[in-house]
Amino acid sequence: MAKAVSTKKSNTIKLKFDTSWSYAPAPESKSAASIKPQYDLFIDGKWTKPQSGKYFSTINPANEEKLSEVAEANAADVDKAVKAARNAYEKVWKKMPAKERAKYIFRISRMMQEKARELAIIESLDGGKPIRESRDFDVPTAANHFFYYAGWADKLEYAFPNRTTEPLGVAGQITPWNFPLLMAAWKIAPALATGNTVVLKPAETTPLTALKLAEIIQESGLPDGVVNILTGAGATGAAIVNHSDVNKIAFTGSTDVGKIIQRAIAGTNKKATLELGGKAANIIFEDAPLDQAVEGVINGIFFNQGHVCCAGSRLYVQESVAKQVIRKLRDRLESLIIGDPLDKNTDIGAINSKQQLDNIHKYIKIGLKEGAEMYESSCRLPSKGFWCKPTLFTNVAQSSRIAQEEIFGPVLSILTFRTDDEVIEKANNTPYGLSAGVWTDKGSKIFNMTKRMRAGVIWANTFNKFDPTSPFGGYKESGYGREGGLHGLLPYLNLVS
Amino acid sequence: MAIAKTKVTVPDFSLSPRIDQVGVEERASRFTKRSIKKETKLNGLKLVLNMIDLTTLEGKDTDGKVRQLCYKAMHPHDSIPGIPTVAAVCVYPSMVKVAKKALEGSGIKVASVATAFPSGQAPKDIKIRDTKFAVNEGADEVDMVISRGKFHAGEYNFVFDEISAIKEACGNARLKVILETGELGTFDKVRRASDIAMYAGADFIKTSTGKIQPAATMPVTLVMLEAIRDFYYKTGKMIGMKPAGGISKSKLALHYLVMVKEVLGEDWLNNEWFRFGASSLANDVLMQIAKEKTGLYQSANYFSID
Repeated sequence: MAKAVSTKKSNTIKLKFDTSWSYAPAPESKSAASIKPQYDLFIDGKWTKPQSGKYFSTINPANEEKLSEVAEANAADVDKAVKAARNAYEKVWKKMPAKERAKYIFRISRMMQEKARELAIIESLDGGKPIRESRDFDVPTAANHFFYYAGWADKLEYAFPNRTTEPLGVAGQITPWNFPLLMAAWKIAPALATGNTVVLKPAETTPLTALKLAEIIQESGLPDGVVNILTGAGATGAAIVNHSDVNKIAFTGSTDVGKIIQRAIAGTNKKATLELGGKAANIIFEDAPLDQAVEGVINGIFFNQGHVCCAGSRLYVQESVAKQVIRKLRDRLESLIIGDPLDKNTDIGAINSKQQLDNIHKYIKIGLKEGAEMYESSCRLPSKGFWCKPTLFTNVAQSSRIAQEEIFGPVLSILTFRTDDEVIEKANNTPYGLSAGVWTDKGSKIFNMTKRMRAGVIWANTFNKFDPTSPFGGYKESGYGREGGLHGLLPYLNLVS
Repeated sequence: MAIAKTKVTVPDFSLSPRIDQVGVEERASRFTKRSIKKETKLNGLKLVLNMIDLTTLEGKDTDGKVRQLCYKAMHPHDSIPGIPTVAAVCVYPSMVKVAKKALEGSGIKVASVATAFPSGQAPKDIKIRDTKFAVNEGADEVDMVISRGKFHAGEYNFVFDEISAIKEACGNARLKVILETGELGTFDKVRRASDIAMYAGADFIKTSTGKIQPAATMPVTLVMLEAIRDFYYKTGKMIGMKPAGGISKSKLALHYLVMVKEVLGEDWLNNEWFRFGASSLANDVLMQIAKEKTGLYQSANYFSID
């Protein structure tokens, strides 16, 4: 069967996404969020002036305007917070019946839901992520983590049958700037459920939602000192890590800092969970549902501007479909809306900080120098603030730095492969091992692939899906320990008998 | 743009791309998250109205009913100036002549269902005669149904040849091929049927007859739009899309526009390439337009029923 139809030369075919019917701006109202001009440290249930006397600004990365200033905790402040946490642990929290602990955790999650809109707006203002994501993902998932772990608090004997569990004591927790509220929830919820008390330091560029969470915690009536929230930069984090009365360190952030922490706690009996960098392989086989795979790849790398440790930043496409997939990716790139994070229509918001933007630009330059072909969205970027166009690199080699190093931005490196064995080898050929994705219509291939891949989380025919019930964590230099699910309880417990 | 005649090789339809249901549904729901308001909403509503195939497909259709429907098609709501007409009026073959006369000079097309609509359970020669009758009566567009039984039996060549034959019988009339997605069962099959229809000569692919539930949904329409996009890249030939049945609210229709805009882009955002098969949608759109103009919702009594 062959049929003549009029055709255009395929290289002239182009879909026009810049349509005459365009969306009007639909910004979420800033007035629905109350941000104080200055925040102190949350120690022992009270807002406390920093002993350093110092404050630093936090800005909106979408327009570089100052949002507020927050206290900088020094070692003396950290010591005060750890003492408060120790005191609360010994005198109140450890002794409290588990079902009573659970009530507080439930209450915190319900209050987060009540304040969901405000939390979402602040998250987008402070971090630059689109309101669609903070509203539909960050805030509800954070509340769900508290709900989930509240349920475990009085059921630990079922989590660890025939064992007796005991909390560790004071947990020092350090969270990153990419999912500020969600990461705080990931850390605080299991710690409280297992009977530990907390000293938490949010990232210095995005402290506001953690401070809002402190307000919620204060309002919830959680006993003083059970959760302490200190703002500050690296030195504050180091003071927490090095404090002799901290029993456990939970850190999410870069592999470099993770290594420093591990060195610092060597020789102590501090437990640790480190959730570090990643360079996830997202693998598309020729039999995959291609349009859905392309959507998954887009969400995998451009979710939260690519500031995701488990982002699918290395795309492996089977050569027979590579051309088609790249064309589909380029089309999809054109329909992504980049702009004001508070606009409900925005798909990609602002880069979190100047420093991170410089880092991304550095890698884009490296990619070009390495001879990779770059394609970026034709969108226009706002003049103020930190912005990066969603970018694809094709013709990338396994030995390219943009295929090996974590860029942590909206930059996708595309590589091709021929056989299953080849792609498994290449996917595992990385110091990281946090996440991976497989796209195929063949069920047996999914099991074969996922069994042989060295990554903590492997998604099949989807990507970047999170649930409180599901453990998350890495292999190799992506860290160790698991957060979420039943597995997420263990790092906060000793199994004593 | 240079247009060259080349041979297009018809692919093996059993190898049509696979579709992941979860992924399609997720993507389709993303389109509903776009915020459409003010000027965008008003322009969108007018576009929707202008894309409607105003339809009456009832056993009890009469000349009088069809003439009234045609008047509504030309004058949807004269009390508000600047309201566009609908795209076409869709009727049974026996009503084509009446509609054609009623719509004379309006620019509104007459579409006729044919090929033993809605079941398609008739011999090929009868389907061809049905089609030729509609075209001879003056139909500008023919909405045919595929033989779903043969499709499910894997007789893709039969389905393909039948569509080709109907296309030939259409002459200059544009052919819309109804897949009746509610009877196909999976997105894989919707994609395969879309491919067969396009390669066999469809000018439009259409979801449903409106007689079977589920009719048009956003996910199923997305699968078909993506098939159209792939076909366009492969052949350079544009194919139109018509979701039909089940779209009765403006808000949902606007979500469909978002989907067309983001999957196929500007070239498809007009009634040459995109249609809504609907009867009650028009009044909801008119009500929303009136609301945008006056700031108030008016009673349904202010909008004519046809």
